[in-house]
Amino acid sequence: MDFTLNDEQSMLDDSVAKFLANDYDFDTRQGYAASTTGFSPEVWRQFAELGWTAVPFSEADGGLGYGPVETMLIMRHFGRGLVVEPYLANVVLAGGALARTGDTEQKSRWLEPLIAGELQTALAHTEPQSRYRLTDVATTATQDGDDAYVLSGSKGVVLNGGNAELLLVSARTSGGQFDDTGVSLFAVPRDADGVTVRRYATVDGHTAAEVGLDAVRVSRDRLLGEPGAAGAALAAVFGDAILAVSAEAVGIMQILTEKTVEYSKSRVQFGVPIGSFQALQHRMVDMLTACEQSYSLLLWATMLAADGGDTDRAVSSIKYQIGTAGKLVGQEAVQLHGGMGVTWELDIAHYFKRLTAIGQLFGNADHHLDRLAV
Amino acid sequence: MNLTFSEDELRFRDDVRKVFDEEFPADLREFRDAGVTISRDDQIRYQKWLHERGWFAINWPVEYGGTGWTPVQKYLFMQELARINAPDIVPFGVSMVGPVIYTFGSDEQKERFLPDILASNVWWCQGYSEPGSGSDLASLKTRADLDGDHYVVNGTKTWTTLAQFADWIFCLVRTSSDVARRQEGISFLLIDMQTPGVTVKPIITIEGEHEVNEVHFEDVRVPAANLVGEEGEGWTYGKVLLQHERTNIAAVHYSKFRIDRLRAQAERPVRGAAPLTEDRNFMRKLAAVEVELRALEFTELRTLAAVASGKAPGPESSILKFVGTEIQQAIDELYVEAAGYYALPFVPEQYAPDFAVDERIGEGNETASAPRYFNFRKASIYGGSNEIQKNIVSKHVLGL
Ligand SMILES: Cc1cc2nc3c(=O)[nH]c(=O)nc-3n(C[C@H](O)[C@H](O)[C@H](O)COP(=O)(O)OP(=O)(O)OC[C@H]3O[C@@H](n4cnc5c(N)ncnc54)[C@H](O)[C@@H]3O)c2cc1C
Repeated sequence: MDFTLNDEQSMLDDSVAKFLANDYDFDTRQGYAASTTGFSPEVWRQFAELGWTAVPFSEADGGLGYGPVETMLIMRHFGRGLVVEPYLANVVLAGGALARTGDTEQKSRWLEPLIAGELQTALAHTEPQSRYRLTDVATTATQDGDDAYVLSGSKGVVLNGGNAELLLVSARTSGGQFDDTGVSLFAVPRDADGVTVRRYATVDGHTAAEVGLDAVRVSRDRLLGEPGAAGAALAAVFGDAILAVSAEAVGIMQILTEKTVEYSKSRVQFGVPIGSFQALQHRMVDMLTACEQSYSLLLWATMLAADGGDTDRAVSSIKYQIGTAGKLVGQEAVQLHGGMGVTWELDIAHYFKRLTAIGQLFGNADHHLDRLAV
Repeated sequence: MNLTFSEDELRFRDDVRKVFDEEFPADLREFRDAGVTISRDDQIRYQKWLHERGWFAINWPVEYGGTGWTPVQKYLFMQELARINAPDIVPFGVSMVGPVIYTFGSDEQKERFLPDILASNVWWCQGYSEPGSGSDLASLKTRADLDGDHYVVNGTKTWTTLAQFADWIFCLVRTSSDVARRQEGISFLLIDMQTPGVTVKPIITIEGEHEVNEVHFEDVRVPAANLVGEEGEGWTYGKVLLQHERTNIAAVHYSKFRIDRLRAQAERPVRGAAPLTEDRNFMRKLAAVEVELRALEFTELRTLAAVASGKAPGPESSILKFVGTEIQQAIDELYVEAAGYYALPFVPEQYAPDFAVDERIGEGNETASAPRYFNFRKASIYGGSNEIQKNIVSKHVLGL
């Protein structure tokens, strides 16, 4: 048992913290979110230069060979900084899927430029009807001769889908819509015939897209891994993504609690700081408790993942926890700020919205509690 | 003890329902069902429609143009209003300043202001809160200094809902600081928004809409005749008004409507997904909110019954606001949960009147669920925050 960071981890932790403190204040973030890309390509380039886009990938794949702990460090700061750059979508989800399924050639073709910060990608797996069921895939891929597949179907709320030049699309090469096996993964260029992308902003300042696939023909060398065998990789990638957003959520909860406590010391009503009211003090203690419990669980789940243990229950535990604790902290932070809490101008509202979005991603609290209650 | 309504009451309800079903403007109904934002003009058209039927000022005494309905009739009317998902009535004129004017205003003020409130010819907004005075309203600083037959007003009001639409604002202002209790120096003043020196600055709320404003007053000259009642009595009048605000805020009927609608949504295979009725967790939560709401409905009915029999409402009336808003917010959460991933898309433009509903991202109003949830965090903050409500109950009901 050791909770201390090693030297490399400390350096990474410091460098992310420093970057955000120096170059990423809230107004800057709002500017990026409101831009046409919805994030800053320049900041993304810096992420790559700093090596952050290489963090979770093995050295063989051109990465730094770090793991879940390092990703957690980055994501927790990204939570605090309310970062809109698509690290989750491009690195953790799409990059993770490429790393887990691609062969050497495919990795050099797509993962390398992704790590270099030159390629925006998105994992197009979730479908309009699938909700949180990972095995619900209605999109089909039928073989067309020996060297091609034809893909048809729809993908919903594809994170970063509007910015991606490459879409990693899951589709059935066999089996029925809900079968555990039979799902394959394809690397589909955004500009392939039959691909439609309807891009939109999301409530948390990020972007996503609805993706339509109308008889999209892709060559066989765009199939990632064995046909029908993508299910396990997808489950693992979503597990990683849950750990990543949980770290982000913990970062948000911590800063919301700090900011709320700070505000309660400065906002005066009835001649005293509102933080002197016991009715509010206990509420802030509850916020702190929610943060601490969530952080503990996050460390457990992340360390378990770093050890290569079976993280199935840990992943559902932490997603349940940040779903419930995140809601509490977000709502209380807004409430204790009074009218200020519901203004666009203040960062509090935007932290709350991101927490809410995270609550809906990859299974809500109930979904994960169900997975545990067996 | 009797649960059923009388025959007269039921007939009343049926009559109202018939008129709503047959005569309510179809386009407004479509807008509401589609979640389209109601414009200023449409809001006024709607309120005028009610007024033409004599159904606008349901709480006013008959002599001023009210309905003279019994509490049960009012209750049934509000229920029918919610049943067709009619827009909320903008409360500032008819529910807030109107009662203050007919209770405390001069005859001249009654003649001048009440008819235009009734007919929705004039849009009012509420100027109470200030940047430094929210929960602690009595600390307000906006000053009105008498200069001949005018008050000169200086200061800043904030969170002023829909001030950008308003013709007039009613304000609590400080006319004297030389008083024993700070409440005693406060007066109730009516101000024409067109008066030189009044400026309105938008505040964008959490979900991105322009709903509230900062209103600045710089040497604004207001005729002394626009003072309501006595100088220094504004706090008392304002409290009367807050009482009105607090009961309407429970929104029982509208919550009922929203639950029914959510249940109907849960029964459908939205976007081809399995109906949410198969999700036990979701349905249990929905059922739990329904139980709470039923209880609140009867808490409200108990309050109405007490008022009808001439008694003062008991402690039950003091919980209406915070229970009502907690329920509203719990329903908002369920809508977000129901939408799942489709709570995320932020596409306000698809709620414009001319945007085809079947072209929307998400089915129906799904993507309106999160903005509504965010926006309605306000419900536990405004009208006296829920913490302040509970302080009042602790002090005045529990005697603590
Ligand atoms: C969307 C919206 C619309 C509004 N519309 C109008 C309008 O049209 N006109 C108008 O005049 N005002 C309006 N308001 C203002 C509203 O009435 C105030 O926001 C409210 O009174 C709270 O004041 P505040 O925002 O300054 O919060 P604060 O008073 O600063 O309160 C901050 C927090 O401290 C808590 N708190 C304060 N005092 C105590 C205490 N003694 N014990 C325990 N907790 C306490 C509060 O409950 C809150 O959680 C609106 C507000 C909103 C958000």
